[in-house]
Amino acid sequence: MVSEELDIAQQNLPAEQGPVQYVNELTTLNLGPTHPATHGIFQNVLQMDGEKIVSGEQTIGYIHRAFEKIAERRPFYQITTLTDRMNYCSSPINNMGWHMTVEKLLGIEVPKRAQYIRVIMMELARLADHLICNGILGVDTGAFTGFLYIYQERENIYEIYEEVCGARLTTNMGRIGGMERDLSPTAIRKIRELLPRFRKVLAEFESLFNRNRIFMDRIIGVGGITAERALSYGFTGPNLRAAGVDYDVRVMNPYSSYQDFEFDIPVGQSGDTYDRFMVRNAEMWESLRIIEQAINNLPEGPYYADAPQYYLPPKSEVYKNMEALIYHFKIVMGEIDAPIGEVYHAVEGGNGELGFYLISDGGRAPYRLHFRRPCFIYYQAYPEMCKGLTLSDAIVIMSSMNVIAGELDA
Amino acid sequence: MLTNEQVAQEIINQFGGAVSDFDDPFDLLTFSTTREQIVSLVQYLKNSKTLQVGFLTDLTAVHYPDSPGREFCVVYHLHSLIHNFRLRIKVYLSEDDIHIPTLIPLFASANWMERETFDLFGVIFDGHPDLRRILNMEEMDYHPMRKQYPLEDGTREDKIDALFGR
Repeated sequence: MVSEELDIAQQNLPAEQGPVQYVNELTTLNLGPTHPATHGIFQNVLQMDGEKIVSGEQTIGYIHRAFEKIAERRPFYQITTLTDRMNYCSSPINNMGWHMTVEKLLGIEVPKRAQYIRVIMMELARLADHLICNGILGVDTGAFTGFLYIYQERENIYEIYEEVCGARLTTNMGRIGGMERDLSPTAIRKIRELLPRFRKVLAEFESLFNRNRIFMDRIIGVGGITAERALSYGFTGPNLRAAGVDYDVRVMNPYSSYQDFEFDIPVGQSGDTYDRFMVRNAEMWESLRIIEQAINNLPEGPYYADAPQYYLPPKSEVYKNMEALIYHFKIVMGEIDAPIGEVYHAVEGGNGELGFYLISDGGRAPYRLHFRRPCFIYYQAYPEMCKGLTLSDAIVIMSSMNVIAGELDA
Repeated sequence: MLTNEQVAQEIINQFGGAVSDFDDPFDLLTFSTTREQIVSLVQYLKNSKTLQVGFLTDLTAVHYPDSPGREFCVVYHLHSLIHNFRLRIKVYLSEDDIHIPTLIPLFASANWMERETFDLFGVIFDGHPDLRRILNMEEMDYHPMRKQYPLEDGTREDKIDALFGR
């Protein structure tokens, strides 16, 4: 029964007849594909009993671009452009993760300086990712100020990307064997300047939300998931840690010198929206700690490995060095052959374990490349998390899960 | 801390002839099994007190059109979060009989991973409650990640111009 009819029925009801018997007719509600609160293109068909969500079903694949198929025809360098477009909120992590996978296959040892620069860039990307996720959670609960306020800090992070590699969104700063170029003095200055400013903004952002009565009422106890269910659903990253499991790829399988840095893994308890929000906030503080340690202890030395047949040489070298010109030509024309092998490499992406499963048959392109995309794997838990809650809860659960359409579909 | 050899030994003790091809490329223990054994193997790994492999990281498939009888390979990546080791299990399937039991009773995450694998490769997971396409549209009548549907590549000579309107 539609709610209008229900109201009319209630008004016309004789007083002695008692309450109306509800007819359990479910309403089908389309949340998406394009809805301002889905932050991407995916459809959720919810079955509603009045205000309550009974069940849901998702349709995804609206921006499926067949990256795995395209990757089978692309030399290793050209796959960077595919990985960057998966989680576009933190593309440097994808970028570095992909290069590390190829380096693992080729057996290239990356110098310390390049590893530290990578750590800085990946943590900056994590900051930008979490910042936007938490800011949008604020928007979805009706608090627009925080979101507008923190956008300035994301802008500052993007300016650092721009200084390092020239691009802002789909960054291309990594190379097989190291970085495209060294951190310039300006970039180092900008990173150093970012840290205190970011801490100040983050503290203000937290004070705006953390004890906000409306915000807490909207998100505490909403969309909780137990650790056991979260593990069964393949959750990783902040969503899993909010449920109380301290699994972090950076600690469990350290890559790119993460073992050199001191940082904690923030863990929640109930796995609800509030815990996810708090875990992301706490992680930003840890990221700032990591960046500070890395920039203060930045080792001297080369920023790329001594692997001329794989490292794309800088343009300045190409202009004056015959060897560099030859290798540059060979690499750009896609003539580097990889050894035969099978690699799985995982990095801690913005949303969790981002894995690259690469099978090389010795050719110039991967024989098979599979991305373990955290969004794709955990988004299927969404109906279960919404069950029995209202539509407004479903909105905040989705934005706190940080589902990125590009990573969902790939 | 368990080494790969200890894990492999443990699995061999339990399953004997059903597991084969042990290898550890890049320190990741890899082995093959049969589709009759895969569910009980993963169940054993999950419930085993010594191994405690409680996390399904990834599930996908690979197409090898040139190896008759083993055209499809379903690859499982598992992770023991307690002992911190990863496992890769492979199951080879023949093109004529491309069935494998589902893992959903053990891991809820297998649902979408299996749907994706079905969508892209056409591997049929027996017992899956909702085996539909997930990324591509329903009307598609082929499985696009199979090797017989190659992408255009400007540097290859084996492509036929007529197919691309030239």
